[in-house]
Amino acid sequence: MDEFMLIFRHEDGNKVASPEQIQVWMKQTMDWIGGIAAQNKFSGGNGLAFEGSKVVKHNSVVTNGPFGEIKETIGGYVIVKAGSVEEAVEFAKGCPVLQGDGNSVEVRKLVKGDGVH
Amino acid sequence: MEQPALIPHLFRTEFSKITAVLCRAFGIAHMELAEDIAGETFLTALETWPYKGVPDNPTAWLYVVAKNKAKNYLQRNQHFAEKIARQLKEASRENEMADINLSDENIADSQLQMLFAICHPAIPKEAQIGLALRILCGFGITEIADAFLTSKDVINKRLLRAKEKLREEKAVMAFPGPAAINGRLDTVLTTLYLLFNEGYYSESQDAVIREDLCLEAMRLTYLLIENELTNQPMVKALFALMCFHASRFEARKTANGEIILYQDQDETLWNDELIARGARFLHEASQGERLSRYHLEATIAYWNTQKEDTAEKWDHILQLYNRLLQLAYSPVAALNRTYALSKVKGKEVAIAEAEKLQLTRNHYYFVLLGELYTGIDNNKAVQYLEQALGLAVTLTDKRTIEQKIAGLR
Repeated sequence: MDEFMLIFRHEDGNKVASPEQIQVWMKQTMDWIGGIAAQNKFSGGNGLAFEGSKVVKHNSVVTNGPFGEIKETIGGYVIVKAGSVEEAVEFAKGCPVLQGDGNSVEVRKLVKGDGVH
Repeated sequence: MEQPALIPHLFRTEFSKITAVLCRAFGIAHMELAEDIAGETFLTALETWPYKGVPDNPTAWLYVVAKNKAKNYLQRNQHFAEKIARQLKEASRENEMADINLSDENIADSQLQMLFAICHPAIPKEAQIGLALRILCGFGITEIADAFLTSKDVINKRLLRAKEKLREEKAVMAFPGPAAINGRLDTVLTTLYLLFNEGYYSESQDAVIREDLCLEAMRLTYLLIENELTNQPMVKALFALMCFHASRFEARKTANGEIILYQDQDETLWNDELIARGARFLHEASQGERLSRYHLEATIAYWNTQKEDTAEKWDHILQLYNRLLQLAYSPVAALNRTYALSKVKGKEVAIAEAEKLQLTRNHYYFVLLGELYTGIDNNKAVQYLEQALGLAVTLTDKRTIEQKIAGLR
């Protein structure tokens, strides 16, 4: 069993959702994660706040947030256990982030550090 | 004559107290000696009371006799006494000499320290529970064997091995330091949780033993609440969980010991006092930073004390299971979560999720599928229930499934 990180990419991190939308989205995310956890395949995860984010560049140049320059921003991630990348992709398909047009979920296998991967 | 009932009662309550105090004085390596002296004390009572009458204060009498027997033993075994005195000096700076103090305070402290000593990571969970039942709850070997549905022989061996292990590991009776207490407390709470479940879900036909197991688990958990060091939100959450479950004692079994399913229970038999007590402790448990599995399970149990099927109730229960599964996965929680999902999002959605669980060796998995298919495809429901029947082990489970099948035909 391998671990995969599902990285949520939002097309526009500046979009402000209403509290009601956030409430609905939160519940959907919890149900989605609950479904993965019910299969004992959830390893962890977290949301990443857009507010107060900084980008540190070459020569210690610090700018506010990645927004503006980069089109996509990362909104959060979860780590799942899966037997294959296909299985991880099936989990990713249920991610509520994908309801947003232009959003995507990147599926990446975690390096085990066993010399093979 | 009161003796026949009085002695078992006193044995249950006082044997464990005397053993714990003696163990604190002798060191945990000499647990058997402590047990022997406590046992002999009761033998003396049995030999004396029928002729001289039961003393006015039987408990105080037992303590005096136990103390004398311990002192006699130490006098007769000077070598042992010296060894113990040395060990005690090494183990704890406070106790200068093997002081056998049977005050309420020392009893409570000794029992708590014993609880921490028994819940040693090197000892298997089953043995921890067995030891707790014997040493802290005063259960007889026969009763423990009955609760675990196994033989006296198996239990005796299990306890013997656990005691050897405690000696090998040089376990001491002392509170872990402030830094270590949280890690150790987790183990202690798991053992108490399992002890309670052992009683709550036991297949033992003896209803009294089943309830006693639960009550003892509650008593020991309450000991932790009464102690400043261990009175933590997580402990209160566990106690609340036990209160909510215990509130359904009367309602969940028939006189013959058959399980009455939650939806068929007569809620007027639920114990309001215990529900209120649970609610109070759950409220108190909400202070603090850490959200433990006990907080989540107690909150789920709280919602289950609301019999009415509201959307709000099931919505809360689903979210609680979602979080519980992230914190502590268990097949039971996964199945219950899927049932809650069916209540919130309908049976079709839940069936799709249930099929992903693939808990195909668990008969409850097929019971759940049978339940979800009921009213959608009754033939399929019957097929699943028959699969469940094939996997079920206990008579109670088999009967419940048979009744469901009969209802669908």
